[in-house]
Amino acid sequence: MITFELNEEQSMIREALQGFAAEVLAPGARAIDEAGEMPADILQKGWDFGLIAAAIPEAYGGGGGDRSCMTNAVALEALGGGCASQAAAIMAPGQFVSALIDFGTEEQKAGHLPRFTGATPVAASLAVQESQFGFAAEAQRTIATRKGNGFVLNGEKRLVPLGDRADTFLVLARDEGSEGLAAVQAYIVPRDTVGLSVETENGTQGLKPLPKGKLTLANVELPGSARLGGDAGIDAARLISHARVGAAAVAVGLSRQATDFAIPYARERVAFGEPIGKKQSIAFMLAEMHIECETMRWMVWKAASLLEHNDPGAVKASVLAQDYVRRKAVKIADDALQIFGGHGFIRDLPLEMWLRNARTLTVLDGPVSV
Amino acid sequence: MADFRLSAIDQQILDKVVEVGESTSRHARYYEDHEHETPPTRLEGERGFEEVFPLFGQRQPGDTPMMTFMMAVSIARGSTTGVTRGLGLAMPAGRASGLGNAALQSAGTPEQKAKWGDLFLAMSITEPNVGSDTKAIQATARLDGDEWVINGDKIFVTDGVKCDGAIVWATIDKSAGRAGIKSFLVLKGAPGFELVRQEKKLGIRSSDTAAYSFRDCRVPRDALLGGDETVPKDGGSAGYKGVMKTFNMTRPAVASGGVAKAKGALEFTKAALAQEGVEVDWSRSYNQRSAVEQRLIEMEADTEAAALSVLHAAWLNDVRKPNNLESSVCKAKGGEVCRTIPQAAMELLGGMSVSHDHLVEKFLRDGRISDIYEGTGQIQRLIIAREILGYSSEELT
Repeated sequence: MITFELNEEQSMIREALQGFAAEVLAPGARAIDEAGEMPADILQKGWDFGLIAAAIPEAYGGGGGDRSCMTNAVALEALGGGCASQAAAIMAPGQFVSALIDFGTEEQKAGHLPRFTGATPVAASLAVQESQFGFAAEAQRTIATRKGNGFVLNGEKRLVPLGDRADTFLVLARDEGSEGLAAVQAYIVPRDTVGLSVETENGTQGLKPLPKGKLTLANVELPGSARLGGDAGIDAARLISHARVGAAAVAVGLSRQATDFAIPYARERVAFGEPIGKKQSIAFMLAEMHIECETMRWMVWKAASLLEHNDPGAVKASVLAQDYVRRKAVKIADDALQIFGGHGFIRDLPLEMWLRNARTLTVLDGPVSV
Repeated sequence: MADFRLSAIDQQILDKVVEVGESTSRHARYYEDHEHETPPTRLEGERGFEEVFPLFGQRQPGDTPMMTFMMAVSIARGSTTGVTRGLGLAMPAGRASGLGNAALQSAGTPEQKAKWGDLFLAMSITEPNVGSDTKAIQATARLDGDEWVINGDKIFVTDGVKCDGAIVWATIDKSAGRAGIKSFLVLKGAPGFELVRQEKKLGIRSSDTAAYSFRDCRVPRDALLGGDETVPKDGGSAGYKGVMKTFNMTRPAVASGGVAKAKGALEFTKAALAQEGVEVDWSRSYNQRSAVEQRLIEMEADTEAAALSVLHAAWLNDVRKPNNLESSVCKAKGGEVCRTIPQAAMELLGGMSVSHDHLVEKFLRDGRISDIYEGTGQIQRLIIAREILGYSSEELT
């Protein structure tokens, strides 16, 4: 049945997070971006909503709610409407937790999920990106080699969300001698594992204050139990789709934020004797931005919904949503900046930050998941 | 909770719609070349919608809401290459499915609906010098005794040849602007009402397009739709707004026609390229795809986005929520993809796509109108811009 109705819980989450985004995230966004650091109290306030613990089964001390990609899409869009960087930092541990819920063995769930049910934020994240240009999730250079009952990992992971502090990483690696996404598996790697070295990374165009880390894996020996899902492993296409749609959901929120910021300015800014919003060249840009904010959202919702139901069309829908949002979100942020002219270029206003964030969100796989 | 999956029966209906729609494909070229010939009731090999209608009886209350589902049906129907009979707008409502019927249903009095509801009614607004700016129309109507006397010229009347009559826009007070504009039901055969010609067009050739003239055309006093003969002085007009309101229902339907042509061109292209060994590998990342794969993905994403905007506008109607803005959004998207996707399809297919051996070029010609009629893409953007900026139609022109 096709319906665009959110359930009661999703509507409540959306309303609460939109309020939080407008009152807390957006006002602090510029200062945090300039400082390039994520304040601890933001992570705590975000954690207090219980978004990550909500879907952890009661048996592991969680809220026992449904593990819902749709709910996550709604939450990520709402948070992204305040500040994409803070949204990503708040929700990054969800990538680890959701993957555990989706693919983990009983032992893996029992070993990790209870840590995420407490009152203090716990940092863990998904390590996807690598150093090379032209990186693609299916062409991992991080290689897993079988050794006895376990595995040996070699490779390098970059821009890993919360990499400076995460106590555990879920590292994607390709089976030695195999190609493509089907050969990609995920490994639970604690920070103190021998052979893993972690450096804090600073300096990215967008999502600048999102803490990041570089992981070097040199003959990292892992027990067989470290492979997510055990013998069954994971469906990497699904896991990557969760990450792509997650980033897209944040980008939808960002696009709406940029559009809603440009509208009042177009009414106020006078040129040649009238507000620029009364000129079709500007008015039509805004109309186009509104049109795409709406349609982008439905693309993300459809992908999230199909992923949630493990529908056979889910991976395709995710590719389509990612592609659509990739093109539209950057254009919207870019056009919003254009409407402000030179003021959009100056770092007093958030326009240039939104352009950097939109570009960054739509080239990374992640850093959040639905 | 938000869901985008079709039930088994709904999917079965859509599949059947496509099957039935394709059954007349081999006759389609003939009627492109003989556009003013009306196809016989049943073409050789034609399968009818009587195969589809019984399936509707199997739908359950939990299935996709009706208006939303009918948009999916419309997209499926229009994506086929068979002979289309008219625009198929409100199928399966039956004969009384003209654009004018939608106006009658939303703005007519109960008596008018009872009296004319079974007729096939066209909508006659456009004039030789007035298109999108509908409040500038020149046709006049004046009350003479118990009759209205209408004078003016009308063009681009969809179904204007085959209809029983038309809802005609005319002003009863030119000085009042849009407040003076009223709509009148004029039946074929009314004195002074002449069908001047049938147009020859780029596409949608199975839908006839007429030009009318009205020379002291006399219609009864109760032919004024809605019955309100007053001209409000505040500039607004309930009657005008009432008729404009019908666009909230018809715009998603017309947008669905544009999406349908995009979808048809896309499906044709995917199948044709697959035969040549070119198919999208959905597991590949952006920078690992061929240019053709990437183009196919963009075409499919654009078509899907437009389709979802149509379904959303219709769904709002189903759940009784306002959809004024959303119906313009989906019309803008439908109008965009009806142009860009068939154009791109022909690029990917190469030179033979222009040949009359194939029907893919027809999607470009048939689709093109969707960004023009029922409000051009520019008018939709104007409506959207006014709404989001809070400007009146006088403030943002």
